[in-house]
Amino acid sequence: MNKPKKLFTMHLDIDSFLPASSEDKEYMVQMRPSTTFFRDGVKRLLKNKVATVSMIIIIVITLSCIILPMVWPYSYDDMLGVRPGKRVDPSFNNLAPFEYGESEQKLIDKGENVFPHIFGTDSQGRDYFIRVVYGTRISLAVGFFASLIVLVIGILVGSVSGYCGGKVDLIIMRIVDIIYSLPDMLMVILLAAALKSSGLDKMIEGTVLEKIGSNIISLFIVFGVLYWVSMSRLIRGQILSLREQEYVLAARAAGAKGGWIIKKHLIPNCISVVIISTALQIPSAIFTESYLSFLGLGVNAPMPSLGSLASDALNGITTYTYRLIIPAVVISLIVLSLNLFGDGLRDAFDPKLNN
Amino acid sequence: MNTKTLAYILKRIGLAILTIWVVITVTFFVMHAVPGGPFMSEKAISEEAQAALEAKYGLDKPLFQQYLTYLKDIVTKFDFGPSLKQRGRDVLDIIGDGMKTSAKLGVFAAAIALVTGVVFGAVAALRRNKFIDRVIMVVTTAFVSMPSFIMGTFLLILFAVTWAILPANGATAAGLILPVFTLSLSPMANITRLTRSSMLDVLGQDYIRTAKAKGVSGPKIIFGHALKNALIPVITYFGPMLAYIVTGSLVVEQIFAVPGIGRAYVTSITNRDYPLIMGTTIILAILIVVMNLLSDIMYKIVDPRITLE
Repeated sequence: MNKPKKLFTMHLDIDSFLPASSEDKEYMVQMRPSTTFFRDGVKRLLKNKVATVSMIIIIVITLSCIILPMVWPYSYDDMLGVRPGKRVDPSFNNLAPFEYGESEQKLIDKGENVFPHIFGTDSQGRDYFIRVVYGTRISLAVGFFASLIVLVIGILVGSVSGYCGGKVDLIIMRIVDIIYSLPDMLMVILLAAALKSSGLDKMIEGTVLEKIGSNIISLFIVFGVLYWVSMSRLIRGQILSLREQEYVLAARAAGAKGGWIIKKHLIPNCISVVIISTALQIPSAIFTESYLSFLGLGVNAPMPSLGSLASDALNGITTYTYRLIIPAVVISLIVLSLNLFGDGLRDAFDPKLNN
Repeated sequence: MNTKTLAYILKRIGLAILTIWVVITVTFFVMHAVPGGPFMSEKAISEEAQAALEAKYGLDKPLFQQYLTYLKDIVTKFDFGPSLKQRGRDVLDIIGDGMKTSAKLGVFAAAIALVTGVVFGAVAALRRNKFIDRVIMVVTTAFVSMPSFIMGTFLLILFAVTWAILPANGATAAGLILPVFTLSLSPMANITRLTRSSMLDVLGQDYIRTAKAKGVSGPKIIFGHALKNALIPVITYFGPMLAYIVTGSLVVEQIFAVPGIGRAYVTSITNRDYPLIMGTTIILAILIVVMNLLSDIMYKIVDPRITLE
């Protein structure tokens, strides 16, 4: 090892050319189990503290807004002061947090347990905590399903356009260009305003859709019409680069049909990019929903969403400031953690970005 | 400017015109597809009066002919017809009135966002991973993930109610301070992040190292070399920023009672004043499309290496 080097000679160290001993070989072998792309990504994701915390926050919020309405003794549209056969009891309206209505107070005086109104009640005597939970549920559901709609349409159009190429691609991409350069929010407001007064209510009467409410459905329609374009652009770009790969040629040579190639080779290979941009789509959908709710174009009346709760809170904002702060904090928390989680997903699952 | 750039610009102008036409067409047919018609929500009027009204506004003609008239009026005279609810006033009149206030609001908000955003972004990049950089990044992240109506209401509570140092009503000049500030926060945060990342990119370039090696002074490197080049990507944000300010002003004007175009728009939606809805949508859309076009063309001229799709 420490032999003096003879500079400027071609003298080679003969030791370097001896066959490796079994110890040397063992030293070279790295004992690491083989891992899949997915597992590798998850590992990288969990190493990212910010993304992990965001993920936990999202999971906690999602679970609690699924479970809490089932076990909570109050419901989101139950006006506590209004009981059939009794006079309307206004003492239930506008309760501060942990206050009780008159009849509830009597029960407590008798020594019975009454479930507390953690955030008080609103101006119509509805338990505010469960309204916030329900609003979160609606906002999350709108964000999730809107992104799902965008995803499905985007994948369909993008993969067809990217795979077919030629004239089909040209026409689809011109349409995408135009929709892309439309001012989206203005079109959203216009469509929402038109759909709101279009008699959609009557159309869906008696069906399952009635429960969801016409406004949320029109919101989905708006998303379906406008927001698929960037997703389809993304997927088209991915597919354009993927379809030149050798394995696609090999599949085609082996007799695979177009649909099979899209389904088995192209989509699985661009799935990580797709998941990431879907995750980032959810907060923007929640944003849009809260914005429309604020303008009065969001969810139908008794049903709360975080946006409509915030906009309802504007009346009496000086006395009941916490009624605005609560939904505001929840929206910001959800949007922030979804954004940070999406960023973490991108860092973990997009190997091309790693360098 | 070479022929390629020119061809690109012409193509973009063509696309912009096409987009505006699509906006007009979509707006017209969406609004006319709403059942009930514009006079249905009014109190009951006799059939003759209804017919007379419809004849006056040309609503008795076939839909396609109405569309052609509407399009022709816009293209030749920039005329959007009369408002239905504010009798005797033209749509363009109402929009022009609102524009006076809204333009002030928008221009100030954009200017503040641009200046503060660039300064904060540059500072964050120069002090990368230091305390001040962290603070700036956390604050901007918070601004981006808070809807403008919530930010506006908080500012309203703090400055106009709790401390009572600024007026809550946006109808006066001093009253515009809060709405301008509210509108500028989110674009400011975006510009900060954009400037920071592009500044970091530029600071790693070879020519910065060359300048340093030649002994150019620190401020000269920052202002003369780095910032100048780092600002190019910010140009692309002009279009989206205007779009944000336009849609943001809808809620901000609502919160602060600013007598601008945004409030007129929201009122027209609740009033079902169809010509006003259509006119405002189209004019705001034209504004956004033109701004997008200008910022793309500017980007291309400033940096011809860039190939925009």
